[in-house]
Amino acid sequence: MTVSDTVWIIGASMTKFGRYPDKDVVDLGSEAALAALADSGKTIFDMDLMAVGNLYEANGMVGQRIQKQIGQTGIPCYNTANACATGASAVRIAHTAIKAGEARMAIAVGVEQMGKSGLLGGAGRAKGDRKVFEPSGRYGAVMSPEGVLGTGIMPGVFAQAGMEYARQHDGVGFEQFARVAEKNHKHSVLNPLAQYQKEFSLEQIMGAEVVAYPNTLLMCCPTGDGAAAVVLASDEVVRQLDPDQRRRAVKISASVLTSDPWTESAQVQPDVNTLTRQAADQAYEQAGVDPQDLDLVELHDCFATAELLHYDNLRLCEPGGAGEFIDSGGPWRDGRIPVNVSGGLISKGHPLGATGVANLYEVTTHLRGEAGDRQIEGAKVGLTHVIGLGSACAVHILEKPAA
Amino acid sequence: MSKQVPIVDYLVLDGDQPHLEANACAECGALYFDRRNACARCGAQSFERRALAGSGTVRAFTIVHRAAPGVKTPYVSAVVDLDGGGVVKSNLVDVEPDPEQIALGMPVQMVTYVAGTDDEGTEAIAFGYAPADASHPENGA
Ligand SMILES: [Zn+2]
Repeated sequence: MTVSDTVWIIGASMTKFGRYPDKDVVDLGSEAALAALADSGKTIFDMDLMAVGNLYEANGMVGQRIQKQIGQTGIPCYNTANACATGASAVRIAHTAIKAGEARMAIAVGVEQMGKSGLLGGAGRAKGDRKVFEPSGRYGAVMSPEGVLGTGIMPGVFAQAGMEYARQHDGVGFEQFARVAEKNHKHSVLNPLAQYQKEFSLEQIMGAEVVAYPNTLLMCCPTGDGAAAVVLASDEVVRQLDPDQRRRAVKISASVLTSDPWTESAQVQPDVNTLTRQAADQAYEQAGVDPQDLDLVELHDCFATAELLHYDNLRLCEPGGAGEFIDSGGPWRDGRIPVNVSGGLISKGHPLGATGVANLYEVTTHLRGEAGDRQIEGAKVGLTHVIGLGSACAVHILEKPAA
Repeated sequence: MSKQVPIVDYLVLDGDQPHLEANACAECGALYFDRRNACARCGAQSFERRALAGSGTVRAFTIVHRAAPGVKTPYVSAVVDLDGGGVVKSNLVDVEPDPEQIALGMPVQMVTYVAGTDDEGTEAIAFGYAPADASHPENGA
């Protein structure tokens, strides 16, 4: 095997996101894997490596359990867990192995079955236990600090991140955040793979139940089940594909993963900006692509506030101009840089481990010109972004090769 | 008077002078509230305790309406930039949970209060931040 300068996506798939009470992670992961393999014209017996991202059963050897359904060939299998960047991290493993010449072809799968569990955490101690204050943990806490010393769970963290941006920049407030959700719900109507395909007015969104101001229920992603997979291949493999398959190959021009660099405020409130900016800047440099060249972006809108920040972090707007960008319609599907034409996490859904692979499926499908009703006409360059709190951020830039 | 303990060990009750104390990196001054193995900014392994100011300004806030069972809602969570250095997160107190009543950048002052009592009668003392004009400088635990 030889080192591959470029790594290609030759197969991609995702299940419809939603609720699958009659299936398990192995069913969902196998379904996505088999569909991506079929799409690539290859089989599991051609793969040199498998990487599988899953969070809820991270200690359960999900990758090997999928192999036991679709083909046991003895290849290396990696199971990854990296919060909401779990699926994208699996893709990074497959990517680096091909780039290094250790694999000619590899499959990456992201899968999650969340059911209806929320992201708010469970109740505290069981009733009847005798309660005596004892300091525990790295902060010597005698009781749960959640709701007493502020909030540390997702909706509030991303609400505070949005409000910090609103403090720094004029023209950003509740209405701008709500417009993000208005756009993504509207976009999802065209995506048959989305968990929800329902349009809402700005008034309905702003008037919905508040979860953590400024995010209302219609500005938060749902929980759900689903899977996505991509088959990656080296230059050598792509050269040998039959012409119809080769035309559909999509080039990975950049693949980047970052973690948090030290910042002062991140000691108490996760800083979702700095690592995203660093990932984006590295990706643009790797790909030799300018943000203004992008035809579409799938970014991590776990909450509406988050999407607005990432317009700025990913350099889609002028510095500080995220409010103006959404107000002017820039990220709508007919705007300057369409963002989340899939409906985004807010409406397409967010089965955690699947998300970072599903956004590659979405952009790949547009670059191939196969996105049906939601196709962005003539799309040649696209970017995907995910961030897992804690934090891990992945950015990929994909390009349609010149014919 | 019943026995009192701080809700977290970086709150120092200290009689009528309750304040926050951080682990400050001896090399670069980075501040941490948790138990440390090394400095994540510069790698140094020695720390000194540093008392932080009780006053600061609101850097960000959210009004939480949906929470885990047992957490009283609505409440206001805020990230506060402390005067003289340090960033801390806690609840805003003595404010209405209404976005119209809370301003980003508004000055606040730390206050302490009883957050809970255990089965031996020991009180857990928590801290929060009140609008600076409404706070009581002599407020003790
Ligand atoms: Zn240091």
